[in-house]
Amino acid sequence: MSDTTIRENLTVSASPHKRTADTTRGIMLDVILALVPALVLSVVLFGPRALLVTVVSAAACVLFEFLARKVMRRSTTVGDLSAVVTGILLAFNLPSTIPLWMVVIGDAVAIIVAKQFFGGIGQNFVNPAIAGRIVLMASFPVQMSDYPAAFAWRAPEVAAVTSATPLAQFSDLYSAENLQSAMASADLPPLLNMLFGVRGGCLGETCAAALLIGFVYLLIRRVISPTVPLVFVGTVAVIMLIAGKGDFTFVAYQLLSGGLLLGAIFMATDYTTSPVNFKGKLIFAVGCGVVTSLIRIFASLPEGVSFAILLMNILVPHIDRLTTPKPFGTRKEKKQKKEAAA
Amino acid sequence: MHPERMKPKKRLRGGVHVSDEKHTREMPAKRLPAPETVTLPMRQHIGAPCEPTVKVGDTVKLGQVVGDSDAFVSAPVHASVSGKVAAVKEVKLASGLVSQAVVLENDGENTPADFAPPKIDTLDDFLAAVRASGLVGLGGAGFPTHAKLRVPADKRLDTLIINAAECEPYITVDYRECLDNSWDVLGGVHLLLEMLRPENVVIAVEDNKPEAVEVLLRVAEKDDAGNRIRVMPLRSRYPQGAEKMMVLAATGRKVPPGGLPIDVGCIVMNVASAAFLARYCKTGKPLVSRSLTVDGSAVVAPQNVRAPIGTEIDYIFKACGGFREEPVKIVAGGPMMGQAIVDTHHPILKSNNALLAFTAADLSVKAETDCIHCGRCARACPLSLMPTVIHRYALQRDGAALKRAGAAVCMECGSCAYSCPAGKPLVQFMRHAKAVLKEEEGKQ
Repeated sequence: MSDTTIRENLTVSASPHKRTADTTRGIMLDVILALVPALVLSVVLFGPRALLVTVVSAAACVLFEFLARKVMRRSTTVGDLSAVVTGILLAFNLPSTIPLWMVVIGDAVAIIVAKQFFGGIGQNFVNPAIAGRIVLMASFPVQMSDYPAAFAWRAPEVAAVTSATPLAQFSDLYSAENLQSAMASADLPPLLNMLFGVRGGCLGETCAAALLIGFVYLLIRRVISPTVPLVFVGTVAVIMLIAGKGDFTFVAYQLLSGGLLLGAIFMATDYTTSPVNFKGKLIFAVGCGVVTSLIRIFASLPEGVSFAILLMNILVPHIDRLTTPKPFGTRKEKKQKKEAAA
Repeated sequence: MHPERMKPKKRLRGGVHVSDEKHTREMPAKRLPAPETVTLPMRQHIGAPCEPTVKVGDTVKLGQVVGDSDAFVSAPVHASVSGKVAAVKEVKLASGLVSQAVVLENDGENTPADFAPPKIDTLDDFLAAVRASGLVGLGGAGFPTHAKLRVPADKRLDTLIINAAECEPYITVDYRECLDNSWDVLGGVHLLLEMLRPENVVIAVEDNKPEAVEVLLRVAEKDDAGNRIRVMPLRSRYPQGAEKMMVLAATGRKVPPGGLPIDVGCIVMNVASAAFLARYCKTGKPLVSRSLTVDGSAVVAPQNVRAPIGTEIDYIFKACGGFREEPVKIVAGGPMMGQAIVDTHHPILKSNNALLAFTAADLSVKAETDCIHCGRCARACPLSLMPTVIHRYALQRDGAALKRAGAAVCMECGSCAYSCPAGKPLVQFMRHAKAVLKEEEGKQ
């Protein structure tokens, strides 16, 4: 053997020696920034309590993440900011009037049960925020559907200003003989109000414009691909166009109501619980759209976005398996068989 | 009349956009003064290593054969300086492999062996000459060129692809070859056209090198037989220059797993290799030196150099002004696929195209965190693999699943690891997977 003269301070690692500057924390920070417009609007629409609910939820999620990892003797992961994202998203799915202790219960379910029990970031099989919301919906249906009207916080002297959400109003309309006249008599908020969130609803879901700003930001930063949001919303639009017998106003209300945009842009695009490949994303998004529409039209619940995403989350491993691309240069089995037969 | 620019038949799937860092693009390769000693490893190519053909104390001339082998997949090694054989011993190479090596003491005379242009009448003459030249793929892979050029009886060559893509960041030696030795490139292409008789020749180059595209178009214009040589500018995207990606772009065909380009009627050859062949057939001077890009944030004077094969890495860095600060990583080859080395006393080999030294500030390998299932690795993979899934199968030692998932297809281009926000060393995982696959297949 030759004499080797090793330089002690040189690093050895497998190639590549250049890496992207993107990190998990950076991605989560981008998602948080994308949620800021909707947060600002939620405070405008539903008052400082919207901010309080959001901050409490984010803080509780971070705390639970920290404690759960400690108890399980695993490395601390609060630095990746994913718990903050979960906290904000869960808060956005709650009415601003919800008691704070309920928020904390939702956070515990999201972080401890849905996320850490399954191994933490990247391992959960359902979206933690959705799991938290659904447990709260099942446990506290009254408080969870007590939606304050927009700007009600500015006039506290008017007692109990709650409003039915447009979707709740819609539940009577699906079976209406004449949709146009039924819609006219239903006293729906004008479409422009729907776009800017001047309606009853969960604190972060109402302002479509703010959510769309966040969507554009995420696309520019290449954090998400547009496939899932566009196909999800598109599927709902097509089904509602059929259900509404070609009425575009009805479709517009459907798209701007409930948690559709929030869910499609921020929840259905969660990396861990959505498929990896384009084809998979397509199947996933169409599924989300179909289930959402079916729940809205036929089920007793007015809104179905969370359940749709939850259901499709569970199918993701199967979708991923079905849509795994063939490795480069390997031919499809069918083709091979055909060639063998020929 | 300018020949038309050829449009790629198929676009690269995935890949990554890497800052090209081609700081040395305006620098023609500077010939370095020959060092006092050179170390010539017998293992400088893929295939059978050579056996030394000289003994300690022998006097050798520049270009004299010092190592050869009877094996088909092999290429002789030539003395890169004239002088005395100081030692024949085992050395460790940058790759970690151990090889016999002939150490020459340079007498500074550069006394040449009796070169004569090879007499080439038939294809066999040509292939014998290619072997005698000691040429291996200069693009980095180091496959003996004569073995690549021998088309098996049951295969047919229709497209010869000259690879000038140079998609690795930093490296500019192929670019300089196109600009500074364009007549050799032309000569090489014509030689190959005449000898191998492919139906057409595609010269592929990335579009971040417009000057090279222009020069190559002029080269293609000189094609007397007309219309057989085409220049294909490619979108700059890593790893466009990989062999399989080249075949895909030029013909739309996919090389099957474990296969070679000739399986789909193609041969891919590095542009510098082609230019070398033209020079060799004119002069008979074998492969004794090569061009390298020396760059990286730790190097005082980044530049392209031409150095005798077997020159110590340390010597080359010193010739480039040494280090401005202590490097924390030195890479032989490009930053995407090159090898990190710990010993700068290794000799450079025929297949080394770059030496890079990085400071701590420039070391972008980050701490590893949990996978967030973002799928960027899978989308970046030009070969449609799922790196994280393959890694999981490797940990389970599931040979059948690894085979299905195509672990053996991976070419270790590093696009997956480059794009991973969690800093996973995915190439290392893929190598692990291949090792498991081999082991499990061995058991059956």
